[in-house]
Amino acid sequence: MSAVMVSAPVDERRPLLRVESVSKSYGSTIGCRDVGFTLYPGEVIGIVGESGSGKSTLLNVLSAQLPPDSGRVEFDLGHGGLRDIFTLSEPERRRLMRTDWGIVHQNPRDGLRMDVSAGGNVGERLMAIGQRHYANIRAEGLDWLAKVELDASRVDHLPKTFSGGMQQRLQIARNLVTRPRLVFMDEPTGGLDVSVQARLLDLLRGLVRELGIAAIVVTHDLAVVRLLADRLMVMWKGEVVEQGLTDQVLDDPHHPYTQLLVSSVLQV
Amino acid sequence: MSAAMPAPVQWDTAYNFAYLDEQTKRMIRRAILKAVAVPGYQVPFGGREMPLAYGWGTGGIQVTASVIGPDDTLKVIDQGADDTTNAVSIRRFFERVAGVATTEATEEADIIQTRHRIPEAELAEGQVLVYQVPQPEPLRRLEPREAETRKMHGYAEYGLMHVNLYEDIARYGHIATTYGYPVMVNGRYLMSPSPIPKFDNPKMRDMKALQLFGAGREKRIYAIPPYTSVKSLDFEDHPFTVQSWDDCCALCGATDSYLDEVILDDRGGKMFVCSDTHYCGQRRADGHVGPQGVPGVEEAR
Repeated sequence: MSAVMVSAPVDERRPLLRVESVSKSYGSTIGCRDVGFTLYPGEVIGIVGESGSGKSTLLNVLSAQLPPDSGRVEFDLGHGGLRDIFTLSEPERRRLMRTDWGIVHQNPRDGLRMDVSAGGNVGERLMAIGQRHYANIRAEGLDWLAKVELDASRVDHLPKTFSGGMQQRLQIARNLVTRPRLVFMDEPTGGLDVSVQARLLDLLRGLVRELGIAAIVVTHDLAVVRLLADRLMVMWKGEVVEQGLTDQVLDDPHHPYTQLLVSSVLQV
Repeated sequence: MSAAMPAPVQWDTAYNFAYLDEQTKRMIRRAILKAVAVPGYQVPFGGREMPLAYGWGTGGIQVTASVIGPDDTLKVIDQGADDTTNAVSIRRFFERVAGVATTEATEEADIIQTRHRIPEAELAEGQVLVYQVPQPEPLRRLEPREAETRKMHGYAEYGLMHVNLYEDIARYGHIATTYGYPVMVNGRYLMSPSPIPKFDNPKMRDMKALQLFGAGREKRIYAIPPYTSVKSLDFEDHPFTVQSWDDCCALCGATDSYLDEVILDDRGGKMFVCSDTHYCGQRRADGHVGPQGVPGVEEAR
């Protein structure tokens, strides 16, 4: 189904996340309706759509921040197999969020501690899972700053002294430090200028491929999904109107809305 | 000092004994019992208005008022001293509304209410140490949401506290937190030991006396029962250490007590003296003399 080159043994092709007919409405307003898909380890799936199409609602449901009205979201806990994330106890869910999951917010201020140094931001998850050796935590922090192309001399600086692009890269480092298996990204390049966007996308693509992280990327920017995503889901008025391989959907859109979306992109 | 004073003890009977009404004292005692049962856990209680400004020990006073009896002897210290404003007025308050005997001698007191220090002399079984706490929540500086910090306590998610210590080392090269140094109580709850210097942290571990903490503004009570493990947080490669001084106490020559720096003039003159005034006085009465002390001054008084 996805762009996997080698056919892995059957038991390793266990889905990482399975979403079954998830619906969420706010009163009579529909957030998302009857969304279902399966995500495999190491796969990147893009969710595109215009503002108000239900992308963020869906992402919040998938990342266990918003309970759905109906449907199931199951995550592979490793030893426990696929479990409905909404039947996990709260401490289990919180543990999942700081170990196996990462959430990259559109606004880095939502994902970073602005009054804690860059190194502290990266080290927080390590300390949360029990690391108590300062030198190791710091070394890991420096390692990750290098991975996201931040200067090691900025390790003790506060994120508020960083530019938007640097903050976003720091947020990525902070999330990936525990090597999560699944990362949720909400408009990871939103609010950045185009050249910074390009570098960030390059970096993200490299990291995701290198570490074999599965990701769900929500965006309204088709260039982002073209570069990052293996598969694409197009949302319109709360429903998934088209899904398939990214290139397939973008090069040969079937649904009228997808056609509109693809043709709206300015070709320079 | 509190020699045999045969009752009847007298207090200003315009007030109920120890100021608070009996129902309030029962409510606070229930909170204290719960706090003792779950060491380090912050128990909410219905804090009352006291005839004292918030921040001056309203929590400690309410705890003391709830546990004190007419036969008890009370000692009040502020920064280790018996003769500072806060200590004097709280001591006088209980003399008036409870008619209890008061003392400056650590070993003679049944209840010791303290702000910012633990007495140098080792406390004994049966004694109660009552702390005045301005901010009971050790995580507050890092996590402003109360609902979130309660969850963090509930699920024992204390990684964030180490982020604070990490920041210290990253900035200063060592853990620069010197007071209110966070501790783990009974291996379970993270606790702020009120703003005592970290010098006093080791004294809390396996202390023979009961330790009660009252936060009046935040309306929380917590406790460490006698003989409970109290561990100061640290990193494996940056272990917990207490302050040390190059000087000894200028008056009594003590090298094992917490020293206050006293500025003597505007030309850089200074001296270090014990912050625990009773401890210092006791040593001088026993004949110890520091470099700037005057021999025999205690006997003369």
